[in-house]
Amino acid sequence: MENESGALSRVAGLFSARGYNIESLTVAPTEDPTLSRLTLVTRGSDEVIEQITKQLNKLVDVVKLLDLTEHRHIEREMMMVKLKVQDGEQRAEVVRMTEIFRGHIIDVSNTTYVVELTGDSPKLDAFIDAVRGFEVVEVVRSGVMGIARGDVALRL
Amino acid sequence: MQQETKTVELTGAEIFVRCLQEEGADLIFGYPGGSVLHIYDALYRQDKVKHILVRHEQGAVHAAEGFAKSTGKPGVVLVTSGPGATNAVTGIADAYMDSVPMVVFTGQVPTSLIGNDAFQEVDTVGITRPCVKHNFLVKDVKDLATTIKKAFYVATTGRPGPVVVDIPKDITAARCEFSYPKSIKMRSYNPTVKGHSGQIRKAVDLILSAKQPMLYTGGGVILGNAAKSLTELTRLLNYPITNTLMGLGGYPASDRQFLGMLGMHGTYEANMAMHHADVLIAIGARFDDRVTGNIEKFCPHARIVHVDVDPASISKNVKVDVPIVGQVDPVLKAMIKEIKAGEARPDQEALAKWWKQIDEWRAMDCLKYDKTSELIKPQHVLETLWRLTKGDAFVCSDVGQHQMWTAQFYGFDKPNRWINSGGLGTMGFGLPAAIGTQIAHPDETVVCVTGEASIQMCIQELSTALQYHLPIKVVALNNRYMGMVRQWQEFFYQGRYAMSYMDALPDFVQLAEAYGHVGMRIEQPGDVEGAIQEALKMKDRLVFMDFVTDQSENVYPMVPAGAGQNEMILL
Ligand SMILES: Cc1cc2nc3c(=O)[nH]c(=O)nc-3n(C[C@H](O)[C@H](O)[C@H](O)COP(=O)(O)OP(=O)(O)OC[C@H]3O[C@@H](n4cnc5c(N)ncnc54)[C@H](O)[C@@H]3O)c2cc1C
Ligand SMILES: Cc1ncc(C[n+]2csc(CCOP(=O)(O)OP(=O)(O)O)c2C)c(N)n1
Ligand SMILES: [Mg+2]
Repeated sequence: MENESGALSRVAGLFSARGYNIESLTVAPTEDPTLSRLTLVTRGSDEVIEQITKQLNKLVDVVKLLDLTEHRHIEREMMMVKLKVQDGEQRAEVVRMTEIFRGHIIDVSNTTYVVELTGDSPKLDAFIDAVRGFEVVEVVRSGVMGIARGDVALRL
Repeated sequence: MQQETKTVELTGAEIFVRCLQEEGADLIFGYPGGSVLHIYDALYRQDKVKHILVRHEQGAVHAAEGFAKSTGKPGVVLVTSGPGATNAVTGIADAYMDSVPMVVFTGQVPTSLIGNDAFQEVDTVGITRPCVKHNFLVKDVKDLATTIKKAFYVATTGRPGPVVVDIPKDITAARCEFSYPKSIKMRSYNPTVKGHSGQIRKAVDLILSAKQPMLYTGGGVILGNAAKSLTELTRLLNYPITNTLMGLGGYPASDRQFLGMLGMHGTYEANMAMHHADVLIAIGARFDDRVTGNIEKFCPHARIVHVDVDPASISKNVKVDVPIVGQVDPVLKAMIKEIKAGEARPDQEALAKWWKQIDEWRAMDCLKYDKTSELIKPQHVLETLWRLTKGDAFVCSDVGQHQMWTAQFYGFDKPNRWINSGGLGTMGFGLPAAIGTQIAHPDETVVCVTGEASIQMCIQELSTALQYHLPIKVVALNNRYMGMVRQWQEFFYQGRYAMSYMDALPDFVQLAEAYGHVGMRIEQPGDVEGAIQEALKMKDRLVFMDFVTDQSENVYPMVPAGAGQNEMILL
């Protein structure tokens, strides 16, 4: 969509005004600074998704729209988790879990670790499950980004 | 984007005025205030753009709607920031619901104060976002001309609608070179014009295969200037046709093929024909719930063709079989061509049977009313008005029972003459809309049909009408009730008339006179015709006719909310 103030609130406003739900939403400028790219995850019957697609296309700020679920595609989300680690044993366990999930420890203090993890949303959920035994201080998730596989592309 | 070669340095306010001139927008409706004073000063110093001063910003927007609906040209409004903008919001929402092409300019506090809770600051772009086709905040005087060009372009193309342009005061004082773009292209906005030829062929096949066809057409025919093509197609097919409230005048009401309006207060024959149709041809209509009734029971036997310029209107409420995205007029023309070129013709035998059935429904005479009553029947007033104006007046209506009776009893043979608020149903619309309409058509008869409740919502505009010498004929059907509310309470709340009685009414005759107009009170059925005749003779005066009507009259037929189209309450 156009990288203009107000464009994002048009999209968000459309969802609330028409009673559609937003499960996640990420947005950032693209390599073309006049455009920004937004990935939005929502759920609904085929008819609802069709209406959402049409209503979004109707927004003057929306330049192009692609329903990724109609294509083979990749979804990724990033997460940072801050965990309390009391002793050596706990530290070792977090390091082990992080390795299993192919994450990184990106911050260390006397009492905490911050683990960074990228993957599809179920993988991130699974990590949270796996570290239930620890005190989870904070979780930050980016929301889902998506891209189609192969030749399909969302570009002008 | 092409640029003009000649350039001069102007202030934002001067650029604003020049842009309007370039757009051919020589008439604007507005109300001044602090943040638009530079603009008003620039307007003062020229004579190409005429400004109509209303008495309330809501009136400005409805007047611009009347102008737009009666001419097909975009309405233009100018109001100040803060309360000026918020007062305009009801009108903007109204224009949005009825797809009225319009550009509303709102003043804004200076750029440096935005976000500071400055004097008369509101977030106009935020407040209007859900009820505009698009809106803009101008942040640099260099963008002003292009933004105005875009605003008119977006408002008038595709599915029309209101566009708001919010202009901070400092922008109107800043200077820059002026050049008005001749044309504009927006990468994110490309409305479809021509329909897909394959779809048109499919539609024609389906249309010609029908045994019990029905044409259901709406406001899109009026907005798309397609009444002529619609009439040609309908005559060519000899199919029955109904219009929505917004589509009236799209097909001549006096024609045999016209079954009247459909929907909640539509005719028996129109609703029955919808219910029994095997092929439904929907053109520029949006399957509103006032039309469909209970969606589950809507047109149970029909395969549906739908022509609409807005893809989001198609299969929104009712799943259709052959969608065609495009402007009605070119699509209808393509259909006519396709039919004429092909061999297939409508099934005459089936059609004769279908018409016979329809004539039986018609014989029910669903709009009958008591013609012997000692009280003035509102239907009688409207029938008389229709006869005396030869069905050729511009009729602007308020909202309520009187609106429905006008739709039923004033047969429109031409488009753009029926001006009312359908989607939002805004009481107060009628009088200001009549002002905009009369200004656009100074020599035509313009009538405002209203109720004693509705008229009081924008009554201050009687003053505007005096200032500009607008000889509007106000037909007030005064039943001392919010009649439409009373009717629902009678039918569905066992006659508990909570807050629907209009007590402490003003003397409308004196009120009209106080505003400098002519007032009449009509209390006897026998006086109706004479009064209207007399009023119509006063070509240069606004005449307020206060008809004291039967309080207990209801609008029939009625499809109760949640019922199917064939489940009507009849008299
Ligand atoms: C008290 C009250 C009672 C009412 N009762 C009834 C009733 O009994 N019956 C009734 O019909 N209505 C009734 N209404 C009105 C109702 O609420 C809707 O406003 C109306 O039915 C909508 O009309 P429409 O379908 O023609 O759509 P409109 O609102 O006129 O919309 C036009 C449609 O055409 C499309 N369009 C616009 N321009 C073009 C173009 N150039 N080419 C192609 N498509 C185009 C648009 O995208 C849109 O889908 C009532 C309203 C009130 C206030
Ligand atoms: C601004 C606004 N407020 C409330 C309503 C709800 N409403 C619809 S019709 C109506 C009564 C209208 O009364 P009147 O103008 O006297 O017309 P009548 O129905 O009696 O002909 C009301 C209150 C509305 N449509 N618009
Ligand atoms: Mg009333």
